[in-house]
Amino acid sequence: MIEVKNISKKFGERTVIKDFSFTAEKGKTNLIIGESGSGKSVTIKCMVGLLEADTGEILYDGRNFTAMNLQQKKQVRKEIGMLFQGSALFDSMTVEENVIFPLRMFTNMREDEMRERANFCLSRVNINNANKLFPAEISGGMKKRVAIARAISVQPKYLFCDEPNSGLDPRTSLLIDDLIKEITDEYQITTVVITHDMNSVMEIGDKIAFIFKGEKAWEGTNKEILDTDNERVVDFVYAAKFMKALRKK
Amino acid sequence: MISSVFYHLGKYYQLMGRAFSRPEKGSIYRKQIFIEIENIGLSSLGIVAIISLFMGAVVTIQSAFNFESPLIPLYAVGVAARDSMILEFSPTMISLILAGKVGSNIASELGSMRVSEQIDALEIMGINSAGYLIFPKIIASILINPFLIAISMVLGIFGGYIFGILTGAVTEHEYMYGIQYDFRPYNVAYALIKTVFFAFIISSVSSYYGYYANGGALEVGKNSTKAVVYSCIWILIANFVTTQLFLI
Ligand SMILES: Nc1ncnc2c1ncn2[C@@H]1O[C@H](COP(=O)(O)OP(=O)(O)O)[C@@H](O)[C@H]1O
Ligand SMILES: [Mg+2]
Repeated sequence: MIEVKNISKKFGERTVIKDFSFTAEKGKTNLIIGESGSGKSVTIKCMVGLLEADTGEILYDGRNFTAMNLQQKKQVRKEIGMLFQGSALFDSMTVEENVIFPLRMFTNMREDEMRERANFCLSRVNINNANKLFPAEISGGMKKRVAIARAISVQPKYLFCDEPNSGLDPRTSLLIDDLIKEITDEYQITTVVITHDMNSVMEIGDKIAFIFKGEKAWEGTNKEILDTDNERVVDFVYAAKFMKALRKK
Repeated sequence: MISSVFYHLGKYYQLMGRAFSRPEKGSIYRKQIFIEIENIGLSSLGIVAIISLFMGAVVTIQSAFNFESPLIPLYAVGVAARDSMILEFSPTMISLILAGKVGSNIASELGSMRVSEQIDALEIMGINSAGYLIFPKIIASILINPFLIAISMVLGIFGGYIFGILTGAVTEHEYMYGIQYDFRPYNVAYALIKTVFFAFIISSVSSYYGYYANGGALEVGKNSTKAVVYSCIWILIANFVTTQLFLI
């Protein structure tokens, strides 16, 4: 469980996140949704400490992350896996080396054990026969899956995904969403997913926070989101004209 | 203007502090150093060789042309070629060239890792990205650049020999006599030590501009240019200072 308590973040004079609170639960896919530029990436970066929030606290299973020193934060980070918007695979390494990298850095596993673990993670995300390829040689959807494999190689307790299906076709998007959901369920991970894609929201939205201009405007589940009267949410959910027409019926 | 200089110096100093803090896993850093020696050093051998050969040739021919006076002995051409290669051309000129080649290479590599969030990915894994990425580059440069410069000295003097004789600017006997005349090993040591400072400047300044690139590809390009420009400026300043300090 990750508790976010009243975090705010300013860049210069501009307030990007304002008094945002949210609890992400274990074994669930917790979504933060909102339109582009609403502050989703900044929120998630504050959560993992890539950015420092100006106020507020973040607790990882009760441990106050905000109050930790760098060394303690590093310890928590070893329990975190993250999937970046652009995959962020290391260009200079092969697919297999990418997945092995965190193991090499933080475990004392033997070479063959690491390779075995990497292959297990890669096959878990349905990547086969691509071990020796470089990131530049594989498709966007494959990159995302390799990035998931890399994130889960060290068996994280927490998984963060920043727009896991941006830039993917609808079918591949669905595959990635399902994969994230399955993995969350299987390993009982506390997963936080950022998205602006309504398909994902309906597919994997166990718990949803809707963020509007840096503030939480609504919270609920994918079962509730279609019926809410919150205007901002309605605008977002029914952004497509045909969806609005459907809602009128 | 002044405050911006101090801002950058402070941030640069902090980054170096992080780059030189205790590594997570020494064996991985060691491996990275070897990779960087190949990237930074060995891949520059070709250009260093070509430039040095021609520089030596030009210095020799120029000197011969300028020394056409009965008062100056012809072996002075050899002395001039040797001393200008060892004292300035090899350490300073080649370092400036390496600032262009290696500096832009380092800055664009780190810059693109920054904008594609690869640096963030390292940080999330709990890795000190500055240490992992920058430390091996600096160490590799410091180790390999003196070697490159030494090769440049030898090839420069050799270039002078070949082209000096081919063009008839100097005779073999006089050139050979000249390059041995009053030879001071101290000068070579001095030049190589200077090179170590320059290597540190090139690798650290370029890493700084690459590491702190933000935005997109355009920004990465701009920062690569800055990396080269500021590396060169700092090399020239350091050259001036070391010359003042050690060569009087
Ligand atoms: N490092 C930064 N410095 C200044 N402004 C930033 C920075 N990162 C993000 N912002 C601003 O914060 C706002 C929210 O950005 P972001 O969280 O990336 O949006 P999104 O919800 O699309 O992920 C944007 O207006 C962006 O310009
Ligand atoms: Mg974003």
